Amino acid sequence: MKIHHSIILGFTLAATLTAGATLAAAQEADAPPRLHWSFSGPFGTYDPEQLQRGFKIYREVCSNCHSLKLLSFRNLADPDGPAFTEAQAAAIAATFQVTDGPNDQGQMFQRPGKISDTFPPPFPNEQAARAALGGKLPPDMSDLAKARSYEWGFPWFVLDAFTMYQEDGPDYIHAILTGYTDPPPGFVLPPGGQYNKFFPGHAIGMPKPLSDGQVEYTDGTPTTVDQYGRDVAAFLMWAAEPKLDARKRLGFQVMIFLIVFTGLLYFTKKKVWYAVLHDSDLLKPRTPTEYKS
Amino acid sequence: MSGHSIYQPQSPFMQWLERRLPIASLVYSSFVAYPTPRNLNYWWTFGGILSFMLGVQIITGIVLAMHYTPHVDYAFNSVEGIMRDVNYGWLLRYIHSNGASFFFLAVYIHMARGMYYGSYKEPREVLWILGVILFLLMVATGFMGYVLPWGQMSFWAATVITNLFSAIPGVGGSIVTWLWGGYAVGNPTLNRFYSLHYLLPFVIAGVVVLHVWALHMVGQNNPTGVEPKTEKDTVAFTPYATVKDAFFVGLFCIVFAYFIFYIPNYLGHSDNYIPANPSQTPTHIVPEWYYLPFYAILRGIPSKLLGVTALAGSIVVLAFLPWLDTSRVRSANYRPLYRQFLFIFFAAVIGLGYLGSQEPTGGYVIAARILTAYYFAFFFIILPLLGLFETTKPLPNSISESVLGEGVPIGASAPPPGARG
Repeated sequence: MKIHHSIILGFTLAATLTAGATLAAAQEADAPPRLHWSFSGPFGTYDPEQLQRGFKIYREVCSNCHSLKLLSFRNLADPDGPAFTEAQAAAIAATFQVTDGPNDQGQMFQRPGKISDTFPPPFPNEQAARAALGGKLPPDMSDLAKARSYEWGFPWFVLDAFTMYQEDGPDYIHAILTGYTDPPPGFVLPPGGQYNKFFPGHAIGMPKPLSDGQVEYTDGTPTTVDQYGRDVAAFLMWAAEPKLDARKRLGFQVMIFLIVFTGLLYFTKKKVWYAVLHDSDLLKPRTPTEYKS
Repeated sequence: MSGHSIYQPQSPFMQWLERRLPIASLVYSSFVAYPTPRNLNYWWTFGGILSFMLGVQIITGIVLAMHYTPHVDYAFNSVEGIMRDVNYGWLLRYIHSNGASFFFLAVYIHMARGMYYGSYKEPREVLWILGVILFLLMVATGFMGYVLPWGQMSFWAATVITNLFSAIPGVGGSIVTWLWGGYAVGNPTLNRFYSLHYLLPFVIAGVVVLHVWALHMVGQNNPTGVEPKTEKDTVAFTPYATVKDAFFVGLFCIVFAYFIFYIPNYLGHSDNYIPANPSQTPTHIVPEWYYLPFYAILRGIPSKLLGVTALAGSIVVLAFLPWLDTSRVRSANYRPLYRQFLFIFFAAVIGLGYLGSQEPTGGYVIAARILTAYYFAFFFIILPLLGLFETTKPLPNSISESVLGEGVPIGASAPPPGARG
């Protein structure tokens, strides 16, 4: 019993101190809504059709400013990803112009992209991007879905370990894309800034990128900003974590193995210790031959 | 404790080898016949778990090093290449990055067990001090490993932590320049961190050998804190401790695998997926979770020099624990007051960890100062005085008596963690 009292006493003391401190801190941006994703949970997988729609949005909208440097066109044919056919991926690659060279004359030249090329960036360098976009630098999107997060604070960060919540990045990206509103009265936007209720500090440099009906879908999926946000966030999650499907597949096999193996170890342990626990004469150290009985 | 070897080589070859290099009898006496107290509970399996984790980290680390490029321009992308293009590279990297966390989780449990059962007391002082050295080496190795992916948090953690040395009066600035290999954290810093990150695990392995050697000289402590007196108090290491350790390594691996496969980025910081940018400071620089209590101690103190001193002191003080604790009773099971103060100490460390993850403003700083004060008061005031004033419970005469004397079957000698306390 005493163990409980001392633990409770200690943790109450620490919790009181930390809770008091938590109240003192102010939350600055709205919490992104937590959406349902096909790739959440222990058996979650990417939805190739959703990734293809998300790629369409990236290609038609995002790629005008945002690079995707760590991905190659061949990745588009990944069966655990957008699952385009290799011919489709090659066709997509061919629509991009890639700088290659130097050739035999020592000149750099442009050629259509090949499946082995990485996605060419929209700007040749950081300075060119800033010059074209009023001083702003759009982040590379390869890791964006893992490089953005939101801190929900105390009870959540414990619960999230048990609910396997790893979708804070896509939730945040979807929230940003749908979070453009008029600034509340009295809010002074800095020049070139847009109001976004989910952006830390609220003044985001990126103008509202998507509006309803902007990107055409051929499969009957609603063409709303909310749906666009979901699709492009899913695509970016795949871009950041392309091995997610393989990871969860292998994970299930490993967990089954470990649970069975550990269960066997438990019964082995019980058997080995049986003599010790039930016959005190058997306690003395023994030579290996004596173990065989 | 371990006594002389009772290994008798049977085959002619082993007899031949035994006369030239008695390695088989060394292994036999150390890991087979070695007597362990029969009443060890599962908290004693974390030494084995730590050895396992060291092996995991070294093996995955060596393979990762084959694919990693320690250069400021390539480091981030080479890690991404491991994640995307190396066969099972994502698995290796997630094992290694989460492995660091689980290594620290295991070492904290191992240390807490040592504190609870008084395992640092005479004659185990050197064993304990070697453990503190191992912990320091782990802290250094983990910190330098975190820098290698060269993300934003890598870079800024390296900047903040190396800058701590600038607090040293007079020579601080020169030391920091020397550590950096330049006038800012840059390519020479990354290169030397990589070199040392590869070296230190083998230093750790060497000190582990000393740690185990010291352990085998003095024998294991046990939940009663009473030394084994007769053969009835001990069982052979193999199979008894071996199978028990193996079972708990299995349980530990289940939790470890859960993190690797289902929430691999839960313990990391999202900013570390942004490439390092020396011209852009993250809004909120935080170290990995296992350093947070020490980080909270550092930030709670307004003077930089005092803060750094407290940070270093909070770890170094552990080495003096055998002499700060004046009680002659080892196990907290027989020290009711010590046990209360120790649980408050554990809670204070966890509280400091939470505060270390928050921004150092207002109430957080005050709370961190109160918990820091308790941290040091525990070592410098409570522990020395408790030994003088505490009324301890009567100790059993022997391990066997403690197991049998309570009228419970002998099977109660190995309760699950927390079942007795």
